[in-house]
Parts: sequence; structure tokens; C-alpha cells
Amino acid sequence: MKKIKILDREAIRRALIRIAHEILERNRGAQDLCLIGIRTRGVYLAQRLCEQIKNIEDRSVPVGILDITLYRDDLTLIAPHPVVHKTEIDFDINDKNIILVDDVLYTGRTIRAALDALIDFGRPKTIQVAVLIDRGHRELPIRADYVGKNIPTAKDEFVEVYLEEVDGKEEVVIIEL
Amino acid sequence: MRLIIKEGYIVDPVNNLIGEADILIEEGIIKKINKKIEENVDNIISAKDRIVMPALIDLHVHLREPGREDKETILTGTEAASKGGITTILVMPNTDPAIDSPEAVRLLKERIKRTARIDVLIASTITLRREGKVLVDFEALKKEGVVAITDDGSSVDDENLLLKAMQEAKEKDLLLLLHCEDKSLSSKGMVNLGVISTRLGLRGIPKEAEYRRVERDIKLSKKINAPIHITHVSCKESVDLIAKAKKEGIRVTCDTAPHYFSLTEEELLNFDTNKKVNPPLRKKEDLLAIKEALKEGIIDCIASDHAPHTEHEKEVEFENAEFGTIGLETELAVAITYLVEPGLIDWCKLVELFCINPSKILKIDKGTLAIGKPAELIILDPSKEWVVKKDDFLSLSKNSAFLGMRLKGKVEYTIYKGKIIYPF
Amino acid sequence: MKKLVWERKDLLGLADLSKEEVELILETAESFKEVSSRQIKKVPALRGKTVVNLFYEPSTRTRVSFEIAAKRLSCDVINIIADTSSVRKGESLVDTGKNLEALKIDIIVLRHNSSGAAHLLARNVGVSVINAGDGWHEHPTQALLDIFTLKEKFGKIAGLNVTIVGDIAHSRVARSNIWGLTKLGANVCVCAPASLLPAEIEKLGVRAVTDLDEALKGADCVNVLRMQLERDERSIFPSSLDYFKEYGITAERLKKLKKNILIMHPGPLNRGVEISSEVADGKDSVILEQVTNGIAVRMAVLYLVSQGKEKYAFNY
Repeated sequence: MKKIKILDREAIRRALIRIAHEILERNRGAQDLCLIGIRTRGVYLAQRLCEQIKNIEDRSVPVGILDITLYRDDLTLIAPHPVVHKTEIDFDINDKNIILVDDVLYTGRTIRAALDALIDFGRPKTIQVAVLIDRGHRELPIRADYVGKNIPTAKDEFVEVYLEEVDGKEEVVIIEL
Repeated sequence: MRLIIKEGYIVDPVNNLIGEADILIEEGIIKKINKKIEENVDNIISAKDRIVMPALIDLHVHLREPGREDKETILTGTEAASKGGITTILVMPNTDPAIDSPEAVRLLKERIKRTARIDVLIASTITLRREGKVLVDFEALKKEGVVAITDDGSSVDDENLLLKAMQEAKEKDLLLLLHCEDKSLSSKGMVNLGVISTRLGLRGIPKEAEYRRVERDIKLSKKINAPIHITHVSCKESVDLIAKAKKEGIRVTCDTAPHYFSLTEEELLNFDTNKKVNPPLRKKEDLLAIKEALKEGIIDCIASDHAPHTEHEKEVEFENAEFGTIGLETELAVAITYLVEPGLIDWCKLVELFCINPSKILKIDKGTLAIGKPAELIILDPSKEWVVKKDDFLSLSKNSAFLGMRLKGKVEYTIYKGKIIYPF
Repeated sequence: MKKLVWERKDLLGLADLSKEEVELILETAESFKEVSSRQIKKVPALRGKTVVNLFYEPSTRTRVSFEIAAKRLSCDVINIIADTSSVRKGESLVDTGKNLEALKIDIIVLRHNSSGAAHLLARNVGVSVINAGDGWHEHPTQALLDIFTLKEKFGKIAGLNVTIVGDIAHSRVARSNIWGLTKLGANVCVCAPASLLPAEIEKLGVRAVTDLDEALKGADCVNVLRMQLERDERSIFPSSLDYFKEYGITAERLKKLKKNILIMHPGPLNRGVEISSEVADGKDSVILEQVTNGIAVRMAVLYLVSQGKEKYAFNY
């Protein structure tokens, strides 16, 4: 097993600052902007983006948490079922610009589930996708609007994102079996 | 036809024969038992490391014929018995119609003659249709060959009527077999009253339903000095009452069934209807009292209370399921596993419980390996372990409380009147 | 610590569950509660699954609660009420279950008047069985929603003093509550007239008393059972007036206590028999919240058991 570090603490921080700037630029400020993190690590990335946006614009944007378990397309294939966690979106998403935040974009199925889930909460003006890593191999016609780093990978490799809040360390590695 | 059983370990306490020896059987009769027998014979069975003991006598068996041949017949029941090492059974009269008249006995005798593979002794009811109201004609039934009377399944509630029955049974020398249950106390109960009935949300049967009746029946027996036999004793209080009565010289004998010294009420926590029996499985303390009473001779013998029921009568809601477990094919192994193996009793005591005492109670000349007597014996592998499985039962019904259990001791041959009837 | 995964095909009662399994259901229910507060109260989790409510006893509220829970998970739901099906023609429970299985359904929610019926069905069919009440035995989802509500109000279960009042002997709700609460560390007291306390109930780890005022002393919550006046053994039951006098939960009785007590009731209410209207509709009553929480709890249970037998067997 081989482990290659591709992002360290500083690189992650810089990537998030850049994404925050890009989001604000594209949406012309923080007006009507909402961040929604996909469990588990997307939640912390969304909170960090929120802080960066506050640093830049001096304005708080709402952050929600989305658990996509109930929208997975592979539920009937998985036994036992994955643990369901809470979805916490306590603001109105109608006519808002939603930034969906996740750690790694891979097949696109998570984002597909998240889109379905979001639509059940209302009708946003736009939904945009921000990810820390895009590793390719899409199985659905989905793309990210904001990417921390594009990493070409093989299908039998794993990309692991470790964040301080959950993992006690801060790095992104590729694991080659 | 001459047969030698070689090098078996013989257990025949009546004749004080305990140890390795050969047995010669000729024309159905035990001819010789010697350290070594070298003769020309038709068949030699090697019984090295096997136990050779008298065949079992079971005085509480339901064969369901006539009336419920879908549950068990005389043929299938006696085949099952032969597999269990049993060559004599007493069949209970709660058939349909009940065995309460000379005509019914004649009919049953005819069927037994045609299909039974072992000795089947007949019990008649105490009262007509087991209704507890009118006594049967003991004289006529005795003439037809009935050896015992019982309303098994019910107790005779009317004291005076039972007293009359005791008197008659005494005079006619009939075994009076008593099912002790006060149905006004057991009511619609299904399991032992206590924490388990509470856990399961099932109506409980208090022990009082049994032992109060035991107490009453002993009192009646004492009153007229008539012998009684109390069947399927299940709780400590009954054991204590019987022990006290025996000490006083009251003429009471009793039996228990294998499930009362091997299983407790806790086995019912998954609603296994095969363990729904009457009287119900009791608590650990009762099980220990039963074991001790078997050891001490307070309980005279073991009887299976073989009670076959079809799957569709058992695999239903617990409250709708019939009471009873089959037992002919497992009783010996259960006794070996739960009484002999742990060292509670020895093989001689086992023979006493299954062979000698039932013979005495039924007043039949069996239960030993005496020279010159018909050869009714079994050869068993005492260390063979086996798992009780549905498909292995010869009994027509498979409702065994012991399904899935690992037991020790297996009958390899059952010999009845000198002939190998199991395996067949 | 390894995360617990749910492996059971069925939910038959709380007696057999580990503390961790009970906690997993409650935590899963917390996640599901939010779904019912959305504008679109439906998630696609169990799309394509068929749930059969097989009810041998009339029960509108439990059936409706299960039906709503299943529908919010995108299940298809079919209701079979004993009176209108072949049940009346004498088909056995096992046969009915096997026929439903042949129709390729996924989950049977069973309500039955006979203790142990859910066990019987579960061991005879490969599909999941959820016990929605069997005789006097268990009613696990009712207890789970009671405990869920308690946890919402108090933040924890361990150390809580919970009193259950009513016909304990014939109550599946009481039994399931006793199992669930004691597993999670609550102190449970049951209170009833002596004739309605089942044998050796203390052995389940509860205190049993016949005096209501004593039972309420120090209690954080009282769960008031419905007095089943329609039962057949009327002789052992006091008249409803006598019962209300001795065991009715009234404002006067509660005033005597030092602190406020949370009031729960599994419904339907017999006002003026086991509880006064003033208490049932009072500020400490969470009776309607229990009903709301029932949906989340039942969604959680449906979600957890829905993996079906084949996959269940595959795990071993």
C-alpha cells in the first residue's frame, strides 16, 4: 500500500480561500447566497468557506447540513443500511443561490442524490457545486463549479480527505493498493 | 434362530449382573449369559463398548389411534418406540372415541394385534368420555384386558366419584393413573405462572393447580388405603407431598417426564410451541427437585408422556397450540444426558427408572435379563452424540421439545421377544 | 469503538434488543423527524418496497402511523384488516404470511391479539416482520416513541424516574416500556390494583406498587395506560368510577407533588377513567407530541429492518 500526500494544511487553506473568492465573484457578492455541506466532511468545508466569505465580505451566509443517505441510488444494494444522520436546513432555499459543498467529486452520484434532496426543500434560483478534490471518473453528467484541486486517479486508488474537526489532522492523500 | 450378543456391558441389577458378558438368545428366550459363549449361531452382534440392558417400559404414551391417525398410529408409534429402545407401552385412553367401553377396548386390541410392533398395554378411562361424571364398567373392562384406568388430560373433580374409582381399582387390581390438575386454578393458562408468563404476556398456570390435586388424591388414597399412581409430576411441592406420603406408608407411586428434568420455563422465551406442555415447564428449583427425587427414589419411574400433534396444530399462535411433546425416541438419551452423564445416577438406577419400577407398577414380569425369559433388551452406544432433528423421527408427528438439542447415548439395537425390531 | 450496524430482519420486541440497538433506533428516528417538518414530506429511501399492514385487531392510530411512516419513505402500503380478508375463512397466520411473501412484498407490520404471533410469523417467512402489538406481549414501536419523547424532553433516559399506571397485567405497552427504559437506565415503577399486576413483575427490574400517590412521588414522568374496559375478564376489573377515584390522574393529585410531571398516554384516551381532561390537555401533557414522534420512530424501524432476508443471510 502506497500513500501519497497531495495537499497539506496550507494547501487546503489556500484552496478554500480561492474558492471563496470565486464564489463571491461569480455570484456578485454574498447576497442570497447559502452554503450547504454534504455529510460528513462537506459540512466542515462549508463552515470554513462561510468564515472565509465573512472575512472577505464581512457578511454571514447561512450554512446548512445535508445527509443524502435517504436519496442514495444504491440503498437497495446495501445491507445493512448506512446510518442515517440529520439534515439541518433551517432557512428557506427558495430563490437562493445554493453552493453544495463536498470533499471529493468522483462518480457524481452523491451530488445527484444531493440535488434530489435539495429540490424537496424548495426551488433554489441556482445550485452550484464546490469540492476540494475532483478525481474524475464521472458516471453521471455532473461537473463542479469550484474545484480545489483536480487530481487524475486510477479507479483502484482511494482519495482520502482528513480534516482537523473529524480526523484530528489536515491533509489529502492518494492511497494506492 | 440363535443369536449371540458378544462382549456387551450388561446392566441388569435385578439379577445382579453388571459387567462385560455374552448373551445367547434362542427361540426368543435368553438361554445363557456367560463371560464367554462360543457356539454356532445364526447371528452374532458385537456389543463391544456398548451397554446391554433390559428394554424400556413407558407407562404414559398417546398413540392417537383410533381417531387421530394423522398425528400417530399404533404402527408409527410403536416403530418410534422401538427406535427409542422401548418394547412395552401403556397407551392413554383419550382417543376419539375414548377407550371407555369393552367394545372400544376390543376394537383397539384388534388394531394392536394387526399393527403393533411391541407390547401395547391398554388403559381405559375412569369416567365415561372422560367427563368426570359416570364411572366406567371396571369389571367388564378388566375382563377385556385393560390393565390401568386414567382420565389423563383431566383430573376427576368429584372427590366421591374418585374415591369410588379408587376402591374399585383396588378391588379389581387395576393401576389408577392420575393426572393431577385443578382446572379451576389452571384455567386457560399456558405456561408456568411467574416471571416468564409475565414476560411473554401469556396466562399462567400456578403450581397450586398441580400440587393441590396431588395433595387431595394422596388424602383420598390414604383414606381407603388404595394404591394410586401420579403421572407427570412437575414441581417441587408435588415431590415434597409424595415424599411425605411415602414416608407415611401411603401407597403412592409416581412418574415424571424427561422434559421436567431437562428443560425449564425459560426455554419458552421464543414462543416455541413444541415446549408448550401440560403441566408446564417449571422453574430451575423445580427441575432440581425432580432430579433429586429421581435419584432418591421418590419418583419411581420416567415416562415420556409422548403426545404427538400435527405441525398445523403446533405451528400456530401460542395460545391456540396443542399441549404436548413427543418423547418416545428421545427419552432414554435425555435421561442419559441429564441424569447419568452429570453423575447424578448410575446405569443401574437408570434401569430401575425405565425398566424395573415400571414393571412393578404395571405388575408385569419384565425389566430384567433373566435366563429363560423372553429376550427384551437393547444395545446402546452410551457415548454416541447426536442432534435431535425433525427428519430423523419415525413418529408421524415431529413436535419434539428437544429439537436441535445435542444428546448423548443412542440405541443401536432393540430386541423384542428375541427378534431385532430396530433397526428394521 | 466499532459502530453498531443493524442486522435483524425483524423487530419483534424490545426484550431481545441490546441497549445499543435501542439507541440506534432512537438516533435514526431523530434524523427522520426532520423529514416530516419539510414541505415535501417524502424521501425516496424505500422506493419500490411494499409494506403490508396486517391487522387482526382494530387499531386506527397505529395503522395510520405506520402507513404514513411507510409512505414518507416512498413505500407502497397495503392494509389488510382481519375482517375483510380470508383471515375470517380460517386461514392460518402462517399461511397468510406465506401468501403475502409469494406476492413479493417486503415488510409485514403485524397487529395480533395473541401473544407471540409476531414471533410465529417471523420464523415462518423470509420477509421482515414488525410487531405492531401482539396480545399482552410487546408493542415495541409504541415504547420506542414513548422513550423518544422522553429523551426529547429530558435529554437523556438514564436516571429518569418513570411511573407506568394502569392495567399492567394485560398491557403490551407496559412490557415494552419496561424493557426499553430499564435497558437505558431509567428507574421504572409500575402501579396498578393488585389484581392487575402480573406475577413476579419485580423480576423485570421494576418497582411495583398499588398506591398511586406513592408511585408518583419523585417521578419525572407518568405514562398513563388506557384502561381496557372492553376486556372479557370483567370480574377482576374495578368499575370505571372506582378506578378513576383510586388510579385516575387528576390535577388535584398532581398538585400534591413537589414538581411537575410529564404526562404521557399511548391513546386513545378514556377521559374521566384513567385521566382527567384537565391533565390530558394540560401544559405538562405531551400526548400529541407522542403521536408526532410515532412517525419518526416507525420510519426509523422500517428503514432499519427493510434490508430483507436474502441480504440478511448474506451477512453471515
